[in-house]
Amino acid sequence: MEPVLEVKDLSISFTQYQGGTRRRELPVIRNLSLTVEAGQVAAVVGSSGSGKSLLAHGILGILPYNSHMEGELRYKGQPLTPKRSEALRGREIVLVPQGVTYLDPLMKVGPQLRGGRRDAQAKARSRAVLERYGLGAETEELYPFELSGGMARRVLIATAAAQSPGLLIADEPTPGLDARAAGRILGHFREIADQGAGVLLITHDLELALTIADKVAVFYAGETVEEANASDFSAGRLRHPYTNALWNALPQNGFTPIPGAQPWPGEEGSGCPFAPRCPRRTEACVGEIPVRSVNGGRVRCLYPEGGERP
Amino acid sequence: MSLEGRNLTFGYRKKGRVLDQISLTLEPGERLGLAGPSGRGKTTLCKLLAGYERPGGGEVLLDGRPLDAYRGLCPVQMIWQHPETAVDPLLKLKDSVSEAGPVGEELLEALHIQPGWLERYPAELSGGELQRFCIARALAPGVKYLLCDEITAMLDPITQAQIWNVLLAQAEERQLGLLIVSHDSALLERLCTRIQRL
Repeated sequence: MEPVLEVKDLSISFTQYQGGTRRRELPVIRNLSLTVEAGQVAAVVGSSGSGKSLLAHGILGILPYNSHMEGELRYKGQPLTPKRSEALRGREIVLVPQGVTYLDPLMKVGPQLRGGRRDAQAKARSRAVLERYGLGAETEELYPFELSGGMARRVLIATAAAQSPGLLIADEPTPGLDARAAGRILGHFREIADQGAGVLLITHDLELALTIADKVAVFYAGETVEEANASDFSAGRLRHPYTNALWNALPQNGFTPIPGAQPWPGEEGSGCPFAPRCPRRTEACVGEIPVRSVNGGRVRCLYPEGGERP
Repeated sequence: MSLEGRNLTFGYRKKGRVLDQISLTLEPGERLGLAGPSGRGKTTLCKLLAGYERPGGGEVLLDGRPLDAYRGLCPVQMIWQHPETAVDPLLKLKDSVSEAGPVGEELLEALHIQPGWLERYPAELSGGELQRFCIARALAPGVKYLLCDEITAMLDPITQAQIWNVLLAQAEERQLGLLIVSHDSALLERLCTRIQRL
């Protein structure tokens, strides 16, 4: 079966003006590749400022006017052109956004769920979808400011799920929720995937992502450095030194930090952006770094763990 | 010299009480974890203990004296969950970070603050980068207690571990008392000498 979403060598850059007249291209995402299969939850994990929200905006075709996107996007085998993504978004491809601010503050929940339709069928459907997420019929009559954080998030998911999407993109869906509430929210995404949709989960929370994801793409300074199966993490089968560092920094593992900070867009040197912080770097790391397949996953590193040295 | 919240009660007019008769004591060098579901008043409790809000009932005592009897830099400082709301958006970070007095090079380096960041405005930095500045500012001399309200909830695990390693070392060295609020039970287990549920 064809993957729901294929992203190949995607790059996104912004045009910036400095001092009024000097123009420069600021690359924010470089050479990003990933695939999402039907029935699968694929997580993209990266720290804040790594450019991962832009990936969602790129797929939906809602990047700002001063941005430029290159590479290949395919949805169910067909190229995802700007025209096609406009036709599909909100129906086939849906977004569960980061914040409650994405709801219309002046519109009650019910009409927002129905997207303007007023027929009996739409009403029955919005009621059913609210019920599915544990929200009573009275929720339809509430304005967004009357919802608690957890309720608002469920409304956002309900809005997306009401469309029976082929691809659901969730952008940081759990911050500010306690572990139980976050677990419940993620459970809903798993459910949507189990019913046959592809789910792309974008988050900084590796631990939560691993509870529902089938595979994880790790993002660093605008590049995917590794694509791993979720089971590789606890099994110690990680490939990239950055992924290992992430794993070892979790409180329940080593809680061991590595020095330094992620470089800013436009300030990465040539070659591997992680090299300045990497224990395994050599002079060769400033050159071109190819993506390699190692132990059933993919890694952008010259000296991956578990791979033979060239 | 201990920090003590005695029978703290707080509420907004119509909504009833957020906190009802809550008591806690924090000793120097101690790291007390505070856990509980959202909306239970964890942040409100921090604000009372730091003197940002006055309790409707009960009192906050530092070394046996009411907290508002202290003048100058408050020995109890709070570090907030959203650092972008805790810095002046119109100040360069070199000015924000030294609001409570000059900050040593060593501390900036330990927090991995790059020299170039000092010349930036808050909107130009990410949450993790800003939080490092907020911590450097809160570690002014004279501060005895730090109230850490979900200070690494939005950060990646590496930045989280970096920040806590610095804070734990400083707390050890200066015998600071820490109140640590978090949803992450693994994090609390790792950091705290004692955990209280709200």
